[in-house]
Amino acid sequence: MIKFLNITKIYPPDILALKDASLEIKPKEFVLITGKSGAGKTTLLKLILVEEKPNQGKIFFEGQDLCKIRTGDLPQLRRKIGTVFQDYKLLFSKTVYENIAYVMEVMGADENEIKRDVSQILDIVGLENKAQSFPAQLSGGERQRTAIARALIHRPDIILADEPTGNLDPYNTSDILRLLLKINELGTTVILATHDKEIINSLEKRVITLDKGKIVRDEKKGRFIL
Amino acid sequence: MFVLLKRIIKSGWTSFSRDPGLMLGTIFIMLIPIASITFFFILKDTGQSLISSLEEKADISVYFKPDVQETDIFNIKKQLLKITEVKALEYISKEQALDEFIQRHKDDPVLMESLEELEITPFLALLNIKAFEASQYELISGFLEKQEFEDIIEKVDYYQRKPVIERIFLLTSFTNKVGIGLSIVLAIVAILVVFNTIRLAIIHRQEEIKVQRLVGASNWFIRGPFLVQGAISGIFAFIFCFLIFAALCWFLSPKLAILFSDLNIWNYFSSNFLFIILIQLATGVGLGIISSAIAIRKHLKI
Repeated sequence: MIKFLNITKIYPPDILALKDASLEIKPKEFVLITGKSGAGKTTLLKLILVEEKPNQGKIFFEGQDLCKIRTGDLPQLRRKIGTVFQDYKLLFSKTVYENIAYVMEVMGADENEIKRDVSQILDIVGLENKAQSFPAQLSGGERQRTAIARALIHRPDIILADEPTGNLDPYNTSDILRLLLKINELGTTVILATHDKEIINSLEKRVITLDKGKIVRDEKKGRFIL
Repeated sequence: MFVLLKRIIKSGWTSFSRDPGLMLGTIFIMLIPIASITFFFILKDTGQSLISSLEEKADISVYFKPDVQETDIFNIKKQLLKITEVKALEYISKEQALDEFIQRHKDDPVLMESLEELEITPFLALLNIKAFEASQYELISGFLEKQEFEDIIEKVDYYQRKPVIERIFLLTSFTNKVGIGLSIVLAIVAILVVFNTIRLAIIHRQEEIKVQRLVGASNWFIRGPFLVQGAISGIFAFIFCFLIFAALCWFLSPKLAILFSDLNIWNYFSSNFLFIILIQLATGVGLGIISSAIAIRKHLKI
């Protein structure tokens, strides 16, 4: 599904984020990306989302070369991906309902379909009473659940979650992990970037460990080793 | 496509309605050029009709010296009728002029007594000449200035009315020019203000725009609502401006009719309201869209 071939990413002037990284992620996989802060986890996700482009190497997403993708084709690519950002990246001028519905709207979904699906997902993430609230009126956990609902609503091929539990208490953390596992069981590929030892050890999924931009470990049922 | 357009309009409306303070300011600024352009059009049309009506009333009165014989006057009348520019001629004898004066002032004893004191009639025989167009009076008066009529004609009163007609013409022509200039300046000011409003909205929402891109929004799904916001501001500015003008025309019409009996701006407004709506709506929406488009082009790099 995703292939990284000898990817190097350097941020100007000379900050090395990824060095000669190669990996392959198959459909329906649940992959944990771990490493210290600055190891390159977020950059790896940004490259999949084509928020950044590599300096060297090639990235393929469902056979498409992301280094050669045209700007006009980016919206189509991004609609196949659901992203959960550590800092939520919600649309602050829109309500919870509008934030979630927005993704379906850009895809041209039918109004009734939007109403039905958004109500369902709000119910799943436990935000049915907050539908008309603005992000500024929500707690950290509620914001993160809104971000997850937004990432799931359009049934993407893959979910990229960058430290989705970083700002959450243990109750919310376990809720969100359960949700991600459930989505994965239903057939969606999940890439979860985290440096939370307990999450990694409890999930017993494939773990890719990064250190100073290099892939130092790639284990099928990995554990937290830094 | 229709669904996308509907969503862009809805999103633009939502953004507009959630920032009423900023948008009210923009609407107020847009009101000024719309009002100025409307004023310019109303002035142009009503001024023109006022001039036409004055020109319609314009004539040349040729007063003949007291001792001139009627045969000489009829001789001039004949010659005048040969001029193709002359539309109508009316001869008023001294007696007719006296009768008209008595009819008009019969209830004024002072005037009547004064008239009786005079041994001879103070009125002069005259010819009223009407031309087809105002510009033709110059030619007719030129004809009457001939050397041969010097001993017969006392005065030609065209020159007494000429300055009034010319002054009104100059005034409307001057106001038209100033109106065009002022409208252009105010339109530029409005474009700059709306541009700045949308620019601020774009800068303020830079982070949101980035997120919109990351969740797969197309360029027009991001840009469109800003254009809609500009257009909605224009529509509101048009509505306010139309109501203000309707109220002004309604209240000022009777007052202006006292000054200019032929001028009824409420009639003009009500019979031309579709045209006024078109002018105001086109100006408002045009200004809104143009300024938003400039702001998007300059500040919204997607």
